[in-house]
Amino acid sequence: MTERSTVTTSPYTIGVAPFRPGDEPTFGGKFVEQPGDLNRPNPATCTTEETAPHARGLIRVLTDDGEAKGEWDPKLDPATLIQGLEYMMRLRIFDDRMIKMQRTGKLSFYMRSFGEEAVAIAQTMALEEQDWIFPSYRQPGAQFVRGRDMVSMICHCIGNTEDNVRGRQMPVHYTWKEGRFISISSPVGTQFSQAVGVAMASAYKGDDEVCISWLGDGTSAQGDYHYALNFASTFKPPVILNVVNNQWAISTHVSLATGGRTFAERGLAYDIPSFRVDGNDFLALYSVTKWARERSTAGLGPTHIEVYTYRAGAHSSSDDPSAYRPGNEFETWPGGDPVQRLREHLVKIGEWDEKKDKALADKIDTEVMAAYKEACEFGDLASGPYPPASTIFTEVYETVPWHVQEQREELGK
Amino acid sequence: MAKMNMIAALNSALAHQLEKDPNVVIFGEDVGYFGGVFRVTAGLQEQYGPHRVFDSPLAEGGIAAIAMGMGLNGLRPVAEIQFADYIFPAYDQIVNEIAKLRHRSGGEFSTPVTFRTPAGGGIKGGHHHSQSPEAQFTHTPGLKVVYCSNPRNAKGLLTSAIECNDPVIFFEPKRCYRGPFYGDPHHVPTWNDHPEGEVPEEYYAIPLEEANIVREGNACTVIAWGAMVHVSEQAIKNSGVDCELIDLQTLVPWDRDTVVNSVKKTGRCVIVHEAPKTSGFGAEMSASIQERCFYHLEAPIERVTGWDTPFPHTTEWDYLPSPSRIAEAIHRTQEE
Repeated sequence: MTERSTVTTSPYTIGVAPFRPGDEPTFGGKFVEQPGDLNRPNPATCTTEETAPHARGLIRVLTDDGEAKGEWDPKLDPATLIQGLEYMMRLRIFDDRMIKMQRTGKLSFYMRSFGEEAVAIAQTMALEEQDWIFPSYRQPGAQFVRGRDMVSMICHCIGNTEDNVRGRQMPVHYTWKEGRFISISSPVGTQFSQAVGVAMASAYKGDDEVCISWLGDGTSAQGDYHYALNFASTFKPPVILNVVNNQWAISTHVSLATGGRTFAERGLAYDIPSFRVDGNDFLALYSVTKWARERSTAGLGPTHIEVYTYRAGAHSSSDDPSAYRPGNEFETWPGGDPVQRLREHLVKIGEWDEKKDKALADKIDTEVMAAYKEACEFGDLASGPYPPASTIFTEVYETVPWHVQEQREELGK
Repeated sequence: MAKMNMIAALNSALAHQLEKDPNVVIFGEDVGYFGGVFRVTAGLQEQYGPHRVFDSPLAEGGIAAIAMGMGLNGLRPVAEIQFADYIFPAYDQIVNEIAKLRHRSGGEFSTPVTFRTPAGGGIKGGHHHSQSPEAQFTHTPGLKVVYCSNPRNAKGLLTSAIECNDPVIFFEPKRCYRGPFYGDPHHVPTWNDHPEGEVPEEYYAIPLEEANIVREGNACTVIAWGAMVHVSEQAIKNSGVDCELIDLQTLVPWDRDTVVNSVKKTGRCVIVHEAPKTSGFGAEMSASIQERCFYHLEAPIERVTGWDTPFPHTTEWDYLPSPSRIAEAIHRTQEE
């Protein structure tokens, strides 16, 4: 792992980000950790202690030249790999289009998953369709895996008449029950401890379901992270708890956010098997998540995963990273670009080429544009129509109580 | 009918729910093997199993979070927060998450959680075992807020709270667990001799949103909830004024019609609560009552409340509304 830099000023220590604007970023080239370094323990018998090297190291499958190696290779068939690439490309193209829409005033706000596309997509692909997704705002990609219609997603982001949450939430705060994708909330980390409750309910009912949740390196300072680990450790429900360590919490570098060791190692103290995985390695992410599901299916409960990655884009459309980090930092990230790495692997095994890639990108781009246009037919941000104002008053309670009804009548809509 | 104190009545409501609905689960600090520090869940783990009634780690924020998660995945959780003073680590989960889930998800998700929590003073509990933080929840859309006052309504209201598909904060006046409280700490009656200590053993529900007229009268309307219902009853007796006493029972949504009809009849109103005066729920009621009853009012609406200070330890009898303070307020409303 990267050593934490600090500056000691009396009377306490302040962390230091490795690079600031004007610095030449260098993360030391490639990862020291290599595919094949770490074994894949048996999920049905593994002790937490056996995962200690995995919590301190880095699970990788894809080599720097695009080959799949080691016990963690999930040996996916080419069709599945291409499907994964397609979802990731779709997410990136979708995000790019949406951020353009935001820049031209057509969305109030947006958050991209840029650089982290593999996280939600590989991990959701490793799960079963009945499993619960309890995301933060950086995992909308899971919806592509579960087949959500892009028109419906864009209608939500606009907040128009077809927004399934009726214009009540900021863009990217998706809800989609049909896809078992639970409502995204702005307060960071709250979903993590709630996910433990979702998983306890699944266990209580005897259903073959797991719940997966994510939060960021910055958010892991919240009580909800520690509640989640302790309750998961206590009750051992089928839950997969991921810390997406993408180095940056808006402008706060991970060196400023914790003095601890790897995030994964925190799980060891809770007696939860814990893994640190290259978050830009689609195959490694898929494989570790599959392990976690097998673990839960064996009745052994939770797994804790640190997804080691880099937030390539701004935190949100309201953020300007050039004020706090070098613009080319992502290009020097040893984990590279997750989409490009899976693409290179597919090329390496003879399943992909530039022509196919371009054709797919063009097809997605056309579909995204068509979806955007169709979504705008239900209202755009500038001129509406928006959901009726009466939706302010509905679904606050199961039925509208008298005092809320009176206020609705006062508004007169 | 059986003689029950409030603890037994609440326990009976919980047992009926565990019996009736296999999705009801009960958890919180010390509620499992031990049966709760106030014994409200005594015997339930033994009878219904440790998967349905269990001890949780000591983290109110975590208790609220797992309750939310369980509730949205088909269970009907009843979580105990050991003292209302300790609900604040769970405040974000309750106010930002549980209260808003139905609305923010366009009705796709909801979570029917009930939080039971002992509240209020009178047990020499000092700052942090005495507060009555109902107003911190009545200000949050999406929550229902209930405050029981005696064994009979404790059982019936808790039944409705658990069966309600909205999240409910259910306050239990801990001073009244074992008997009514008339404002005299040296007089410790039990529920044995009180008519509301006669509780049906079978299942029953008292609807939320309905106030209870404890005593009819024509000269002044006195409104209270929790332990203050009994203190007000004593104050009315001492005052010699023909007051109508209303036990509000549910604070959100409150039974405005019953209150307004009463104030229109009496033309006078005293609101009593333990919580501090500023931004207390009495302020909301006072404002609403004057909006509806202004031309019927013969005197300013009075509020008798806890002081705008932290709750004290040894001097709690000077903090809590007393029969004499309430009686003075009643008398002020009678002045020409």
